[in-house]
Amino acid sequence: MAERCAVVGIGQTKYSAKRPDVSMAGLVREAALRALEDADMTWKDIDAVVIGKAPDMFEGLMMPEIYLADALGAVGKPMMRVHTAGSVGGSTAIVASHLVHGGVFERVLTVAYEKQSESEATWALTIRIPFSLPLVAGAGGYFAPTIRQYIQRSGAPNDIGTMVAVKDRLNALRNPYAHLRMEGISAETVTQSPMLWDPLRYLDACPSSDGACAMVLTNEKNAEHVKNPAWILATSMRSEPISFPGRDEVSPRAGRDAAAELYKEAGITNPRDEIDVAEVYVPFSWYEPMWMENLGFAPKNEGWKMTAEGVTAFDGDLPVNPSGGVLSSNPIGASGMIRFAEAALQVRGQAEEHQVDGAKVAMGHAYGGGSQFFSMWLVGSERA
Amino acid sequence: MRDVAIVGFAQSPSHPDPIHNDVETLTPVIAEAVKRSGIPRKEIGFICSGSCDYLTGVPFAFVSALDAVGAWPPVRESHVEMDGAWALYEAWVRLQVGDVDSALVYGFGKSSVGDTRDISVAQLDPYYVAPLWPDSVSMAALQARALLEGDRRQETGDSARYTERDFAEVVARNLKNAKRNQLAQVAGVFDVEMLLQAPYDVSPLREHDCPPVSDGAAAIVLAAGELARKVHERPAWISGIDHRIEAHSLGARDLAKSPSAALAAEKAGAGQGSIDVAELHAPFSHQELILRDAMGLGEEVEINPSGGALAANPIMATGLIRIGEAASRVMNGTAKRALGHATSGPCLQQNLVCVMEAG
Repeated sequence: MAERCAVVGIGQTKYSAKRPDVSMAGLVREAALRALEDADMTWKDIDAVVIGKAPDMFEGLMMPEIYLADALGAVGKPMMRVHTAGSVGGSTAIVASHLVHGGVFERVLTVAYEKQSESEATWALTIRIPFSLPLVAGAGGYFAPTIRQYIQRSGAPNDIGTMVAVKDRLNALRNPYAHLRMEGISAETVTQSPMLWDPLRYLDACPSSDGACAMVLTNEKNAEHVKNPAWILATSMRSEPISFPGRDEVSPRAGRDAAAELYKEAGITNPRDEIDVAEVYVPFSWYEPMWMENLGFAPKNEGWKMTAEGVTAFDGDLPVNPSGGVLSSNPIGASGMIRFAEAALQVRGQAEEHQVDGAKVAMGHAYGGGSQFFSMWLVGSERA
Repeated sequence: MRDVAIVGFAQSPSHPDPIHNDVETLTPVIAEAVKRSGIPRKEIGFICSGSCDYLTGVPFAFVSALDAVGAWPPVRESHVEMDGAWALYEAWVRLQVGDVDSALVYGFGKSSVGDTRDISVAQLDPYYVAPLWPDSVSMAALQARALLEGDRRQETGDSARYTERDFAEVVARNLKNAKRNQLAQVAGVFDVEMLLQAPYDVSPLREHDCPPVSDGAAAIVLAAGELARKVHERPAWISGIDHRIEAHSLGARDLAKSPSAALAAEKAGAGQGSIDVAELHAPFSHQELILRDAMGLGEEVEINPSGGALAANPIMATGLIRIGEAASRVMNGTAKRALGHATSGPCLQQNLVCVMEAG
């Protein structure tokens, strides 16, 4: 890449079911101001703003960059709005990084948000249109059959999902921004929660959250004066159609291809050994083992063993979602950017209570649509 | 900056189309743009699109559009919930990174299934403005009024710079130009006096000052450096591209001016040479006057030979079509330097300028 790019500022809001105290403008501004403060910058230092979020119907605000230009200090600047379904938080960060990598701008503010309490996401996902596949059950109903297929083909024990659901909620107790704070959660708590979409119970699913996440990205010239920038080692994006005969929805090729390109670009040959911590988009518990395989951390049908053996636990060999992940906070359009930002926090050594000791290389990952849109990045404490 | 050029452009006819859905409209357009580029679809390194869920009232309008691309094996792909012109900007940025040499860009919209005049209200400040339900024509009329009355407020007592006759002349010229554009929806020779006889829709705008309701799609192929030279005899080289946004609140802006268009044009280097032809995304007649002033486009510049947005307005593709039309003139050798412009938001809140040159 022409120019190196690094994360030098990160800002998050507290995630919660409802933020009635702020407007959408107030929500994104809260995250953006924290990112600017972290970067030791002001609005004036920013050259361009890239904002992302999931479908506009999730709030009922069409093309929100129009309304949010003032709140994000974008007046007189370029401002773009990215939308790639659930992967959008990651894609938005990648588009922002390209502005720096490509030498177009030096300092870019990128923000992603969702204020789910303004509308109803499952309704917005369920609108029936002629000649199209209706998604009547929302996201959980859509993904449950794929999870059943994974369990069948991998022979995974039934309690793997429960283990992930407990682990991520315990991790969330270390993260002050996390939405769910479930002290004392156990396997029993999860298995006694109502069954929603077999095998997914209520506590196997992500919450519905309000929240925003922001990052300031800059080029090498500016980043080398910063104490602990998170250098972007590689980024990748891949998309594939939602449905066609023979498509592997358990381990989509778009995800495998994106991971392969990511590792190649970063010069990584053994991701399990060379990556210290991963923030992976797991909105339903079973997606942890599924993505472990898709991302090449485990051989096919053996991702569940990583969960079972505690590899992905906070004190494991490859901690996955030390922040608590999407299972603990899910402002949909921001969820991908939170993964990317949490990866950067880890290699900057700023994750405080959920800091993984000695994290030098971290992955941020997001997916969306019908497991068809993927975005991911690798960040490191050292320049590539 | 890395040299990047437009090497292929195609668009559908613009009209209310009760037969075809987005994918059916897009498929032949993408195929044609790719064919004209001379780059096989599977060799194109990046894909980016622009669309808006609210036009058809369906979340994820861009997901099914992937079927028009043929996204298998999986593709490097992104999407903006903006006019396709901003997808072109994202693709241009992607090519600046240097690891990819070509990109396919498309924009599409199906306005006829809803009421765009009312739907556009959903993009306003949802707490303080949208509940008042100011539709797009009413807001544009406020801007037109500001343009007519603006100078009169000055203490100098100068008469207004523009009159409603100027609006009608913009309409007459665009619709006359559209007679040469087989894909346009509205075209014809209209007498300015006759136009001025028409009743107001929202004063001072008449129906002909407003864009038609169109469905349609457009696609552009970009190529960098040597690849562009290899596949096209006369690529339309992008010598500058930039976009800027203004405050959202109408009360915070001088609606008779467009500082964001002026700044985008300056950053895109529009003034660094004479412009032969400019395609301006002005959905309302008076906006063409504001944009010409902002970008300093004089009488010598040929404006909207296609007929512009007054002749065809497939929302989310209209801006991309302006860039494609301007590029076409460079690619067919009838212009040395051309400007394409796109706008977004109420009253020209956001503007993009793309300057293209012959090699």
